[in-house]
Amino acid sequence: MGEHHHGPAKGLTRWLYTTNHKDIGTLYLWFSFAMFILGGSFAMIIRAELFQPGLQLVHPEFFNQMTTMHGLVMVFGAIMPAFVGLANWMIPMMIGAPDMALPRMNNLSFWILPFAFAMLASTLFMQGGAPNFGWTFYAPLSTTYAPPSVTFFIFAIHIMGASSIMGSINIIATVVNLRAPGMTYMKMPLFVWTWFITAFLLVAVMPVLAGAVTMMLMDIHFGTSFFSAAGGGDPVLFQHVFWFFGHPEVYILILPGFGVVSQIIPTFARKPLFGYASMVYATASIAFLSFIVWAHHMYTVGLPVAGELFFMYATLLIAVPTGVKVFNWITTMFKGSMTFETPMLFSIAFVFLFTVGGLSGVMLAMAPVDFQYQDTYFVVAHFHYTMVAGAIFSLTAATYYWLPKWTGRMYSETMGKTHFWLSFFAFNLTFFPQHFVGLAGMPRRIPDYALQFADFNMVSSIGAFFYGSSQILFLFNVIRTIRSGRPITDPKVWEGAQGLEWTVATPAPYHTFTTPPEVK
Amino acid sequence: MFLKAKRLSKLTLGPVLLFLSLISNGAWAAEAESWRHRFQFNLPIGATDVGAQIYGLHMLVFWICVGVSVVVFGAMFYTVFAFRKSRGAVASQFHESTTLEIAWTIVPFVILIGLAFPATKTLLEIYDNKSADLDVMITGYQWKWKYEYIDPQGNNVSFFSSLRTPQSEIYNEEAKGQDYLLEVDEPLYLPVNKKVRFLVTGNDVIHSWWVPELAVKRDAIPGFVNEAHTKAIKTGIFRGQCAELCGRDHGFMPIVVNVVSQDEYDAWLGKKKAEATELKALMEKEFTLPELVERGKGVYERTCVACHGVNGEGGIGKPLAKSAIATGDIKTHLGIVIHGKAGTAMQAFGGQLNEVDLAAVVTYERNAFGNNMGDSAQPVDVYKLKKGQ
Ligand SMILES: [Cu+2]
Repeated sequence: MGEHHHGPAKGLTRWLYTTNHKDIGTLYLWFSFAMFILGGSFAMIIRAELFQPGLQLVHPEFFNQMTTMHGLVMVFGAIMPAFVGLANWMIPMMIGAPDMALPRMNNLSFWILPFAFAMLASTLFMQGGAPNFGWTFYAPLSTTYAPPSVTFFIFAIHIMGASSIMGSINIIATVVNLRAPGMTYMKMPLFVWTWFITAFLLVAVMPVLAGAVTMMLMDIHFGTSFFSAAGGGDPVLFQHVFWFFGHPEVYILILPGFGVVSQIIPTFARKPLFGYASMVYATASIAFLSFIVWAHHMYTVGLPVAGELFFMYATLLIAVPTGVKVFNWITTMFKGSMTFETPMLFSIAFVFLFTVGGLSGVMLAMAPVDFQYQDTYFVVAHFHYTMVAGAIFSLTAATYYWLPKWTGRMYSETMGKTHFWLSFFAFNLTFFPQHFVGLAGMPRRIPDYALQFADFNMVSSIGAFFYGSSQILFLFNVIRTIRSGRPITDPKVWEGAQGLEWTVATPAPYHTFTTPPEVK
Repeated sequence: MFLKAKRLSKLTLGPVLLFLSLISNGAWAAEAESWRHRFQFNLPIGATDVGAQIYGLHMLVFWICVGVSVVVFGAMFYTVFAFRKSRGAVASQFHESTTLEIAWTIVPFVILIGLAFPATKTLLEIYDNKSADLDVMITGYQWKWKYEYIDPQGNNVSFFSSLRTPQSEIYNEEAKGQDYLLEVDEPLYLPVNKKVRFLVTGNDVIHSWWVPELAVKRDAIPGFVNEAHTKAIKTGIFRGQCAELCGRDHGFMPIVVNVVSQDEYDAWLGKKKAEATELKALMEKEFTLPELVERGKGVYERTCVACHGVNGEGGIGKPLAKSAIATGDIKTHLGIVIHGKAGTAMQAFGGQLNEVDLAAVVTYERNAFGNNMGDSAQPVDVYKLKKGQ
């Protein structure tokens, strides 16, 4: 490192003005954790109300606000920014770049987010309450019948979209331009690859979401009728536009997680990733297929049968590249020399539980059977297996995995493993019974339910309270590590770690790779 | 926002209740139908051939998933068990095998084709809405269903069907009945062994009409008419719910279908038609104040009580006791009930209640809750107001 380089500025302005990828990564990660707690507390209110049949704690209209805000905050506030934070920290260090390609835009793309979410959260205190039409905000419930706060919701979505688009352009520019000499595309770590592909998905679909909310805005305030049949529009058009964004979106939420797990498993199996090239191609195929399956969310809206068949076949096809990934992860572990530190435990649980979610996904893909599954708790169980045990578990694994590199201190393994086992059991206790109540006929998004669903709902609520509270342990472990964890200096941190990020000093200096490394 | 804090104390009892309900008769055993019913794990086979096919497909794909899980997770757990560093495993360094990659691309693909064939067959059957014996129009309202039997002679029979569970059960002031939240005032009647075509639409927002045992779920979209069909092969009472989030009372708009023999169905339809004729006569009748108040009380308790309260004290809706509207001009009062109030939760009941019921409920509201107005509206007044006279 040249001595003309300075360390971070002091005080609050360091964080406000920073263009350093590590600082911005840290901001994203803390922000997303705060949103995870906020979105999680909404989930706790939902599960508390569903603990018993009857209305005990909240009124139905507030319940609807909670389901809506839980979904919006978790998707746009917790998972997406957390992965952008990881990308900021790790992509430059993994490809041997000194920083992100567009550092000032990087600062902007983070700092507009708190405003978006402050605005979204403020709707809870507005006349008529927060958005209450579900995170999928189907028209006309979200237009003609929406509370006045919908306008603030639309503006917040616009800001989040702008932030995501800037973030992903930055990632694309960085990966294309700033790879170290010798770091060819097919040598890039899988985390970089999955994010590179995700960034293209984001650039493609966030404008579609912006279009959808803009059409809503026009319908609500300027007398258009995009989504109103009374004026010649079409409520189903909204669903097509939304899910054209929404289906790639769910892969945006999971592909970087695939990347994380593909970094961690080889490290703790002490064996190179099996089928690197097929992993890249599988990711690209999933991304492509994600654009032509959107209407599998809409099997019951009355699509023509030909459309129904097309979307069913295309959706079933996604199981093929996804299967390739799972088989590759398992074969990576096969004949390895495995140890089970916390990041590895979360990664193995990811492979296990994400596969469960993938298999229920195959069930849901079957259009005729989906007439029974659609809009039930079976769907809720399915997507929480992919989003919590998928996205959130991979984010947790990534935090434990790279935290020592970021801070130069080791987290408490005992606490980490406790956190893992609590999360693992509580997660399954929460969401596995939801498959049963869904099949037995419980619709999603209801504040009260018939008596035959009572027992499983109570189990589910107890699991949720355990899952929620065990995340406090995670927060505590991270803070304790930063403040007083055992100092370490080994650049490699983990015995089996491979890749450029493990060649720089531990903790990672404020500036890394000011002179590019040579990759052979 | 939050209800009485004392309800929180129930939460602390939760784990105890759970334990009890798992090992013994349980907290709800007396209320729920049966042990089997309480622990229903799976889709119902239902009362239709299509439903049975769907169930078969569901079980097929389920067992395939179980098979895949056994193989994949078996391999995974073996790997995790056998290749531990602590057991002295030394890492091999292989990282490629084209044969394997091709194999595990092709095998899932073949399995999926095996699934796609029967799925396509069943789907085509679900979409075959031709040659139905009977047409029923279903319209979703916030938050009730309207059923209309399409009669070739133009003598359509139509009625609304809404939740019958009292507020006192929902708010835990009374023990919950066994069909809690799955009971309606007016069920839909269908004849057994007849192919019934449903024409499904929405009045305000999107709803979804779902009865698992009839294997029908179809979105009710305003401005569009969707088709679906069912052919029940056994009689019985089948219950379902609205499946698409439709606003505040989305969880409180159940569906009950009584599938009965053709004779019973004909008798029921005959009775409904007679009621309609009777209603026509009632429309021309002059009612006394006590008659209107008595009828209005029933209408109020079915339709208005959820928002305006048992004693007109208000809640989600404005209080009616001593209110300016209920003690003001009767025409204004009628107008609001008929046309609703834009921007509030007050709906337009003009299309949902008949003239007699509208006149009765307004009269009741003006002569109950301490509003001793002593005036009344007649069905003919409502009729004129609706026509804009
Ligand atoms: Cu509904």
